[in-house]
Amino acid sequence: MLENILKEYPRQEDYLIEVLLEYQKQKADRHIGEDEIRRIAEHLGVTESKVWSVITFYTFFSTRPRGENIIQICKDVPCYLNDGNTVQRTLEQLLGVQVGDTTKNQKFTLEHTSCLGHCDGAPAIRINDKTYTNLSVDKLKAIISEYRGNT
Amino acid sequence: MLEHKLLTERIDRINPLSIDDYLQAGGYEMLKKAIGMERIAIIEEIEKSKLRGRGGAAFPAHIKLMGIAKEEETVRYVVCNADEGEPGNFKDRYLMEHDPHQMIEGMVIAAYATRATKGYIYLRGEYDTAHSILSWTLDEARKHNYLGENILGSGFDFDIEIRSGAGSYVCGEEFALIESIEGKPGRTRVKPPFPTQVGLYGKPTLINNVETFSNFPHILRMGGEAFADIGTDSSSGTKLVSLSGNVANPGVYEVPFGVPIRDVIEKLGGGTADGRKIKMVQLGGASGPIIPEYMLDLTIDFDRFENFDSKTGAGAIIVMDERVDVFDVLKRIGEFFEHESCGKCTPCREGNLQLLKLVERFVERRASEKDLLNIETLSRVMHQTSLCGLGQSAPTAIFSTLQYFRDHYIDVIEHPQS
Repeated sequence: MLENILKEYPRQEDYLIEVLLEYQKQKADRHIGEDEIRRIAEHLGVTESKVWSVITFYTFFSTRPRGENIIQICKDVPCYLNDGNTVQRTLEQLLGVQVGDTTKNQKFTLEHTSCLGHCDGAPAIRINDKTYTNLSVDKLKAIISEYRGNT
Repeated sequence: MLEHKLLTERIDRINPLSIDDYLQAGGYEMLKKAIGMERIAIIEEIEKSKLRGRGGAAFPAHIKLMGIAKEEETVRYVVCNADEGEPGNFKDRYLMEHDPHQMIEGMVIAAYATRATKGYIYLRGEYDTAHSILSWTLDEARKHNYLGENILGSGFDFDIEIRSGAGSYVCGEEFALIESIEGKPGRTRVKPPFPTQVGLYGKPTLINNVETFSNFPHILRMGGEAFADIGTDSSSGTKLVSLSGNVANPGVYEVPFGVPIRDVIEKLGGGTADGRKIKMVQLGGASGPIIPEYMLDLTIDFDRFENFDSKTGAGAIIVMDERVDVFDVLKRIGEFFEHESCGKCTPCREGNLQLLKLVERFVERRASEKDLLNIETLSRVMHQTSLCGLGQSAPTAIFSTLQYFRDHYIDVIEHPQS
């Protein structure tokens, strides 16, 4: 899979972030491992330390395995004002894990995120590449059961 | 009429995915006009319009354009800053999702005026829908030869590529953004030289916000002088306001500069959702000042914001009602900046961490007079010595609450948690 992604991009240093985003998106456990870092560095002609520095700088990237579905909870003021605390509590209860952890069946990882830019629909969360807004306890339950069913 | 729909005029009348809709509504006519004009005349029209940057810093748009046009280097870039990460802001997303060609037309006009060779849209990674829409939009524009080689027979070549962010607020800062497009961690550079001189890949680079580029076609259509008649003397045109928080009708509203903040909240936003009293409002986003209810008759104007010694005119209004605790809000803001600091300069990297610890002491009601003094000193040092806008503006909310909600700080010191 990595080789196919590498083929799609020019062998230029400035495509590093695009390559990492695409690869992590396709990978079931949503992380970039040491061997892959080495391979990406070699392909793009950059040092391994450069790849590490990019991965550790940007919030989207992880060097540790995560769940199939990454749930990001917005923790900034507009969501907080619209009862964002309930969102975190509800998700933690539904999934049985705290923010920062992955469920035992590797289906979900719960994370915090900075503002998602959907403050007009606060509170908001993002699951993988989809944003959900105007959340209530019932809506969260429905969303999670949908992901449980489909994955 | 409180609202003045210029950039949002087509929204809901056109299908954002249809270039035909955009063309029928007069789209790309101003690009055609631009390529029939002398390049310098385009920049002069922008100068007459008195347009200032809409990303927050309010820098006069024509100075950047002229800066690049004057450079000798022939490889030049135009970059659209679509890394809208400031908490409380979503107006750029609104423009990109609902009228994406408008911004592209503005970018191509700017590129033509400055003889730029390549364009980039740096789009925050969280804006998945906008990414799909913009990819489609760029394809459509290429098919119609508004992008690509020999645009509309003018001999001018220009294309645009989208680059994704990966969850970093600081990448909205222009040099951090450039570093990120180059595939590096988003850490700012020391200025000068400015991006218009030594920018992306070391070449002259014009960076503007989504809303700024979206204004360009309107300025050519109306003429710079007519555009300058909208708004106030110091701030011409309209502003897209992102209204959120404890408000009945949150959303994006386009108003001319000079409208009182109170009118936006009460007349457009319908006041607070449940009729509670407004306690305070944060302007601009996390890096903006928090003002009390009695100051809401202030008007939306770049110079008003500068009175707060902050450069936050991106246009967010976050309404907080009487239930909200000042320190709970400051803690969230503190956590945000502590997480988003790039770590390059010491005042920001260490300052935000210490500032958060001090704010937490106030949240827990165990702060002393010395903590108050330390908050004041540290905030000042960060504001004066940080390398980029992030560290410089991180303490703005604290400065403003020290000024307008000082009694809350004193109350904590005088009545500690036993």
